[in-house]
Amino acid sequence: MHPPPVPPFVPPFVPPLVSPLAPITRRRATQALAGLALAPGPGLGVRAANPPTVLTVAAFPAVDKIVEAAAPAWNKLHPGVALKVVSRQFADHHTAMTTALSTSFYLPDVMALEVGYVGRFAQGGGLENLAQPPYDIRRFEQQYVPYALRQATGRSGAIVAAPTDIGPGTLLVRTDILAKAGVSDAEMTRSWESYVAAGVKIKQVTGAYLLAHARDIKDIAIRTGIQPGEGLYFDKDSQVLVASPRFVRAFELARQVRKNKLDAKVSAWSNEWSEAFKRGTLVTQLSGAWLAGHLSNWLAPSTKGKWRALQLPEGSFAAYGGTFFAIARGAPVANKLLAWDLIQLLTLNRELQLAAFKSQDAFPALVSTYDDPFFEQPLPFLGGQPARAMWREATRHIQAVAVHKQDAFAGEVIDTELDKVLDHGKDVAVALADAARLLAKRAKR
Amino acid sequence: MKLPRLSPAWTPYVLLSPFVVLFLVFGMFPLAFSLYLAFQTWEPTSGLGTMQFVGFENFVFSLQDEWFWKSLKNTAWLAVASGVPQHLVAIPLAVFIHTSFKRLRNGVVGAYFLPYITSTVAIAIMFSSLFSTDYGVVNTMLAKLFGNEPIDWLGAPENIKPAIAMIVFWRYLGFNVVLYLAALQTIPKDLYEAATMDGAGRLQQFFHITLPSLKPMMFFGVTLSVIGGLQLFEEPFILTGGRGGSDQSGMTTAIYLYRMAFDFNDFGAASAMSWLLFIVVVVLTLLTNRAFKPKGAGG
Repeated sequence: MHPPPVPPFVPPFVPPLVSPLAPITRRRATQALAGLALAPGPGLGVRAANPPTVLTVAAFPAVDKIVEAAAPAWNKLHPGVALKVVSRQFADHHTAMTTALSTSFYLPDVMALEVGYVGRFAQGGGLENLAQPPYDIRRFEQQYVPYALRQATGRSGAIVAAPTDIGPGTLLVRTDILAKAGVSDAEMTRSWESYVAAGVKIKQVTGAYLLAHARDIKDIAIRTGIQPGEGLYFDKDSQVLVASPRFVRAFELARQVRKNKLDAKVSAWSNEWSEAFKRGTLVTQLSGAWLAGHLSNWLAPSTKGKWRALQLPEGSFAAYGGTFFAIARGAPVANKLLAWDLIQLLTLNRELQLAAFKSQDAFPALVSTYDDPFFEQPLPFLGGQPARAMWREATRHIQAVAVHKQDAFAGEVIDTELDKVLDHGKDVAVALADAARLLAKRAKR
Repeated sequence: MKLPRLSPAWTPYVLLSPFVVLFLVFGMFPLAFSLYLAFQTWEPTSGLGTMQFVGFENFVFSLQDEWFWKSLKNTAWLAVASGVPQHLVAIPLAVFIHTSFKRLRNGVVGAYFLPYITSTVAIAIMFSSLFSTDYGVVNTMLAKLFGNEPIDWLGAPENIKPAIAMIVFWRYLGFNVVLYLAALQTIPKDLYEAATMDGAGRLQQFFHITLPSLKPMMFFGVTLSVIGGLQLFEEPFILTGGRGGSDQSGMTTAIYLYRMAFDFNDFGAASAMSWLLFIVVVVLTLLTNRAFKPKGAGG
């Protein structure tokens, strides 16, 4: 982040506009002053040619393109402020944000965060609480998809980020292979057990795999039946929940899938996974709605017209991904207000949200977009199915899950235990007990 | 305006200063900060001011952590499995190159040394494709030669470790060959001539002249291998996509402490683990010292 040039005078005393939390450095003082200097009004004695302030946005593909596309609208709102988008790859971006938040150096004014990281960062105090004045994001609560705003809400009620796009979960299926095996849509989605049974039939008749990895069914099944106030792996008192019935059922389902050889044992995004789509050896994928876009663009464009989207089996509704915009607490105050203006523009402006949806397949978190005829349009990749309307319906039912600091570690531990159950025949109850033991040690860290 | 002139007595310090400054900033400061951080608990995204002193709690936690011991075991396995063959193969190979190649020598040595100077990331990405279960060259060749089922190199926990060990071996073999070649050149030729005149065969000369003379270089090379092996990070990191692989079988201690910091947001424990790893490296280096240093040479 580059500090703006120093105006010709710098009073020796720091004006109270600088947030008390940010270290009082000369750099921040001059930034605050530059913010002041921008305000129209009787000249403070500044030069006529005052260079525009720059608003820095840190993002990852494809959010960076969405922000860049908003530049014309932004320039109408704040003509003197240029938008600077710093784009890094997904993992690097979040590592850079962790570092920037921890040291308060090179903080962007607006940062894009994926839902997994929002939870993690919400536990700390590094992000601005948008529920407080001057932001008051609660005024807009009705305009956002409810679960998305709840995903950005910390335990104390602080809302640390504004949702911009969401990932409603869906079941993408190859209808041609299902038809060959004589399996109906209802069989696929009635219950998890019928889903697995359908997979057995498909394997018998066509030899194709039901899903990429048994882990995928575990991931969804543990999310069904969460009690209110519970997190995924821990409850609000940091008690470990992995021995509860939903985990047992999820592990049993995964074991059934593996026993019947219904999974291709490939990881998502690996070469083998994309090859499996191209060759038609993978019949379904539980994923976010955005996967249809990826399949159509580069994963398996030649399979156009052979896929359909269904709701997740057994009336489960889950979110896969989602992007948020947040403001760092350590950023200078004048920049924060501009940042909030940008966030409001990106998340509450119907035209921009729809534009992002149409160009980058970013499913809007803004409810007012949902009456647009774009949702009723047929998708050629899905054989003309108006799937967006179905996904829109799904967003109404998704529940937000409370986040815990050790969720990432817990996910690893559960995946490891599942591998032992699947590959080495470990008993499900013993595996979950081992996982519980390991997690109990770290739950309170 | 005339610049003030420093007295010539300052010359050595001025000439040393670039290295010293860089070392202090990029070497000493991270070390000191890491040591300081090991005694704190810190949620990084809350900012620097939220560190809290917790004494030895991070060290106690690390020593009781199952995954930390698992990572140490993985690291030890990988260090031995990749380090020992490096030296067992490098010594005869160096002798062979030393005696057999005259004009082609530099080319051959260069070819073996090339993996060492190639970017680790490039190597790991390339080997990820080579080791791919269904489409990789390794499995295709094995199927042609032995007709076996494709081996899941990077997915199955028992196969990840050998795959990583093979890559590390391939990478550092050339480096050790260069070291031993340099050492071989210091052995006087008359020793071999005298031995030949006394009727010693090639093998006897190897075991009784070459190997003992190589001992100092072996000490150096093994120390480097021990330290490098215990700090193994890049190859397993890229091969397992930064996560350590199925059942954490490719997760070395360096990867685990990196994940503790950036994936599990526990910088205090990560720092404590890095210092515990340092203690392990120091202990093993001292043991190597004891094993190789010539007796009566003043320790």
